[in-house]
Amino acid sequence: MPREVSVPIERELDIVAARQAGRELASALGFSTTDQTLLATAISEVARNIVNYAGSGNVLVARVDDESGRIGIVVIASDRGPGIADVDQAMRDGYSTGNSLGVGLPGARRLVDDFHLASAPGQGTTVTLKKWLR
Amino acid sequence: MDVPILKQGDVLIASIQAALSDQDLIALRDSLASRIGRFRSRGVIIDLMALDVLDSFATRMIRDIAYTARLRGAITVVVGIQPEVAFAMVQLGLSLEGIATALDLEEGLAHLSGRERKRAARS
Repeated sequence: MPREVSVPIERELDIVAARQAGRELASALGFSTTDQTLLATAISEVARNIVNYAGSGNVLVARVDDESGRIGIVVIASDRGPGIADVDQAMRDGYSTGNSLGVGLPGARRLVDDFHLASAPGQGTTVTLKKWLR
Repeated sequence: MDVPILKQGDVLIASIQAALSDQDLIALRDSLASRIGRFRSRGVIIDLMALDVLDSFATRMIRDIAYTARLRGAITVVVGIQPEVAFAMVQLGLSLEGIATALDLEEGLAHLSGRERKRAARS
């Protein structure tokens, strides 16, 4: 199993490829089926955002080890789309500018252990997720 | 990939076998809406047993399908949601409000036939 997999996101079907890459790495590292599903669902949400709002981008899934010896998975979903003007608002449940349920980003945050969103208008968006093996 | 739709009595059964694209889900909605009329179906079962992820988009599509079917006079029962999938949906804040669910196909059919008996008893 490679330590990292990069999945270009250009259309809807790539969302499935990205979440499968995450599930496979999680399974190889010994994550429980529940944690594999939580991670795959979070990847699905952030990859969906790329397709819906930026058109194209990339999802990188990689193993990460911290200083204390914990093993985890980091997911970096990045795009060069229009970016998000109000990051706090985008993280609020039920807020959506698109045709969606508005749970994508705040929901994805609840599925993982660490969540970081960096974005500015015209600068694209990068969402970083981490989930640790327990 | 087309979702196969089986007809059993006055129930239509759609078993979702793999991760579906938006277009597949839209095609499923349209196909169910027209078959409900053609077969005068009273119930629809959507079987999600083979799905390993149900994200917010797919949940919204399943909801749309069930609401469309209801407007056509058929009740939808969603069956087969796996335990991990249910857990992820709860964490995401997703629900299938107003839509009947059952453990599996068998329970889904029992739910629909129970409704049918009650309807017959009233008339």
